[in-house]
Amino acid sequence: MRPGRGRPAGLVSLVVLLGLAVVTGLAVGPAWLPVGEVWDALLPGGQDSPARAIVLSVRLPRVVAAALSGASLAVSGVLFQALLRNPLAEPYLLGVSSGAALGAVSVLVLGLTVGPAGLALAALAGALVAIAIVFRVASAAGYLDTRILILAGVVVASFFGAGVMLVMTFAEGRTTRSALLWTMGSFGNASWGMNLALAVYSLPAVLLAFGLSRHLNALALGEESAAFLGTEVETVKRVAYLLASLLAAAAVSVGGVIGFVGLVVPHAVRLLWGGDHRFLVPMSFLAGGALLALADAAARTVAAPLEVPVGVVTALVGVPFFLILLRRSYAGGAG
Amino acid sequence: MTFELRNVSYAYPRSRRPALRRVSLEIEGAQHTAVVGPNGAGKTTLVRLLLGLVRPDDGVVLYEGRPAAVWGRREIARRIGVVSQDGPPNHPVTVREFVDMGRHPYVRPWARLREEDREAVRSAIRRVDLEELEERPVNGLSGGEVQRAKLARAFAQGPEVLVLDEPTAHLDIGHEMQLFSLVRDFVDEGGSAVTITHNLHLASRFADRLLLLDEGRLLASGPPDEVLRDSVLSRVFRWPIRVVDLDAAGLSGLQVVPVDLGRDRDPGASFDNDRAEEGSP
Repeated sequence: MRPGRGRPAGLVSLVVLLGLAVVTGLAVGPAWLPVGEVWDALLPGGQDSPARAIVLSVRLPRVVAAALSGASLAVSGVLFQALLRNPLAEPYLLGVSSGAALGAVSVLVLGLTVGPAGLALAALAGALVAIAIVFRVASAAGYLDTRILILAGVVVASFFGAGVMLVMTFAEGRTTRSALLWTMGSFGNASWGMNLALAVYSLPAVLLAFGLSRHLNALALGEESAAFLGTEVETVKRVAYLLASLLAAAAVSVGGVIGFVGLVVPHAVRLLWGGDHRFLVPMSFLAGGALLALADAAARTVAAPLEVPVGVVTALVGVPFFLILLRRSYAGGAG
Repeated sequence: MTFELRNVSYAYPRSRRPALRRVSLEIEGAQHTAVVGPNGAGKTTLVRLLLGLVRPDDGVVLYEGRPAAVWGRREIARRIGVVSQDGPPNHPVTVREFVDMGRHPYVRPWARLREEDREAVRSAIRRVDLEELEERPVNGLSGGEVQRAKLARAFAQGPEVLVLDEPTAHLDIGHEMQLFSLVRDFVDEGGSAVTITHNLHLASRFADRLLLLDEGRLLASGPPDEVLRDSVLSRVFRWPIRVVDLDAAGLSGLQVVPVDLGRDRDPGASFDNDRAEEGSP
């Protein structure tokens, strides 16, 4: 098999997939709308109708939030995997998402009015604390032990998750989002203000990540080899850690902790189109957006009229996937 | 490009024994330098210092007379191509994509490869004779092919200097010869090469100069037949060693042969005898 065949076609098909996912997200819900009505509502200058109101003011902000968050989480996963040279690294399993959630809820509970943009920065602070702890523990041996990395990540995630629960208990009644929504994820609160903040952080971060893609390819050969090929390894790593944490934090500040998107999406893209980051970054961006938009649509419909936290949907898909990957990566001795 | 080490010492963090002690040397012009010595002698440390991966605790490393620390990695990568011991990447890339990365120091972040980059890649692949495997994934190649792919990547960097860290560690005799011949061609065309190797025979055949390291010190430096001597090798490798000149057999180079000790002699005792003999006129 030749790696990397059919990547232009792949990009096109992922754009189509994302489009379909968005339309699906707009069509399904308590009231199912025919695709034609969704389309009419999206066109400018259409007539006011209940369908148009539902699509534009209820569902669209939510679908956009889900798609942007999924895209951010997937690219964050790509970056962490390249930095740690471990295909199992992703923001949720590294504890980064839970750190971000604790950062965000702490600000809310303190009663600070920071707006969505400030909330994302608080989440970034929490994310950076989490990755610093996990990294320190995993490199105690003098080198980065990738098994301890994931173990430490999961434990740190559970610690910060407990922190979120504790803080939210004190905050009972003071915020609109419940602890459950923070720890299991939901886009029920999405607004255009949040989407704007998310886009302002995520889109430039993704663009910068794409700009780093040659360096990420070099890093995949090992840090010394990357240096021999002209990469300023320490600078690139610092920037990439910051971008990966920012992407995860921005997503968490909108939708709470949603796991496994950053694991499943880059892996599937790599399997289909190879590991060249010049394609992996944009393709994971598109596929991550599509996956989370669809997962959110599923979360709204499987138990309708009740809603399932979207993190439940991604975990049900992601955990079996993770276990297969884990078994495979340690079966042949290949780490 | 000239390298110079002036009185360089280095100890790894958390290690009390210095890995290199006051080493001075100069590498320049079209010559092939082989770095030899026992395990733990400081060969890899010497090369890591030469490549600017670690900074000396004491002394200075100079490239073209300027301290290595002021050179950017990109600038260095346009002059020095390295065949390291890193394995192939853990995700699938083709031989061409792998060699493409040699152009990394020439390409701007968002830009695509230019025609001259593609030509450099093509000629590097041709040079190591991997044209037929160009579209194959690197992690499906044989050991010898992977080493040639790495050499092609280094060639694609358009280097003045090649640095090779045990390039033939897992290769058979034929592949060893093939690799060393490719490096010799590069030196014949005016490049310079520095190779870490345990193969003293091939070092004697292909290198113009040998650097013999032991316990972090530069014990000897010069043409192979001056450095490779029974007494010094026996002391350094802690085993009695005889150096045989292959000229008599109509072959080139020196063969370095460990002497059979017999069943119940320990090498330490013999090594002491050896030194005793050396001391007596």
